[in-house]
Amino acid sequence: MSGVAFDISLTVNGERVHERVDARKTLADFLREDLALTGTHIGCEHGVCGACTLRVNGEIVRGCLMLAVQCEGARVETIEGMSDSGEVADLQTAFERRNALQCGYCTPGMIAAAQDLLKRGGLPTRDEIREHLSGNYCRCTGYHAIVDAVEAVAQARAKGR
Amino acid sequence: MKPAPFAYKRARSVDEAVALLAENDARLLAGGQSLIATLNMRLSAPGLLIDINGLGELAGIAVKGGAVEIGALTRHVQAERSELIAEQAPLIARAMPHIGHPAIRNRGTLGGSVAFADPAAELPACLLALDGEIEATGPKGKRTIKAQDFFKGLFETALGQQEVLTAIRVPAAGKDTRVGFSELARRHGDYAIVGLAASARANGKGLSDIRLAYFGVGNTPVRAKKAEMALANGNIDAAVNALDLAPHDDVQATAAVKIHLAGVLLRRVAKQLLEPRS
Repeated sequence: MSGVAFDISLTVNGERVHERVDARKTLADFLREDLALTGTHIGCEHGVCGACTLRVNGEIVRGCLMLAVQCEGARVETIEGMSDSGEVADLQTAFERRNALQCGYCTPGMIAAAQDLLKRGGLPTRDEIREHLSGNYCRCTGYHAIVDAVEAVAQARAKGR
Repeated sequence: MKPAPFAYKRARSVDEAVALLAENDARLLAGGQSLIATLNMRLSAPGLLIDINGLGELAGIAVKGGAVEIGALTRHVQAERSELIAEQAPLIARAMPHIGHPAIRNRGTLGGSVAFADPAAELPACLLALDGEIEATGPKGKRTIKAQDFFKGLFETALGQQEVLTAIRVPAAGKDTRVGFSELARRHGDYAIVGLAASARANGKGLSDIRLAYFGVGNTPVRAKKAEMALANGNIDAAVNALDLAPHDDVQATAAVKIHLAGVLLRRVAKQLLEPRS
């Protein structure tokens, strides 16, 4: 089958979704425009800024560098799903408490990337945190507060284990 | 921006992908981490995208006849986590953390990176430093192309219009294999301002078979052969002075800065080459 529009079936935040999409629609645009999941932000649209970071089949990806049509059968998790499940509640609280955001535009991608690091367990160093978040731009905070927040959550989770 | 409209087809076999490439304006979609960015910016507007992500036979890492063979669809993250790559292709292991960011490495493929042939990318230079080879499959079957003959120009390779890059191969590392890798980038994971991938053979206290492959200093990865000879004589200062690179100014740095940084990298990498393998 070759064409410009396709029927796709996938899971988004645990719900089955069936939609018809243009081949040229990116996953990030599909989530925002077709499913009204606007927590996935769009910054640069060429993979540099990280604002559209989300999970596909458990691994973080750029939502702007995948096509929706490529997500047939995939398990997609956005910041909405991660928030609703409570999976990132401690990260969200730490970001708020430590002023790790001002305008908030990068925050969904930042939280998704940070959670990707922290869910591996262990206690990452500040350098490792910076490296893992290196693909996510923040133009407000200067990053220190973000690293503080992620480090605090890593320590709290390590204690809780 | 948004991509211009295109047709899309999932290839079910390499042969089908090869056949579909006969269409005008057809492009292969592997990891898409460069291609989709260029589509979004409308730097590229193919008529047909042939998605090869379903071709599981193109993914995998194996040692065959003294060479490490890496299937074209192997994702960066798989190579990064591979013990086999760490042991048998240590230069690729060292380069891997510098390639993009975790979210990029989860999707990007080794074959895609080599076929795209960005002059500032890490893997083409690694292949050149390792005297590696590229396997291409076309209408007449498979052929092998040496890395030194593969990178022809800016984003230009020896691949024919109907050829699919199906694997890359590098010699498996031996006890006397030495490798070095370093790059300078404005932000970790970005394309390098200048980078250097190197391999050599330990020879008593010195080195032989030194191959220095720079990236970010020309239209393709380039060997610094005069510096290789000087380094074989054990003189790092002479090797730095012998660097005969001819970079152009670009958005990241002037040619003069790149030449200076190339010397800085050579000193760092020479040190790595002289370290015994752990």
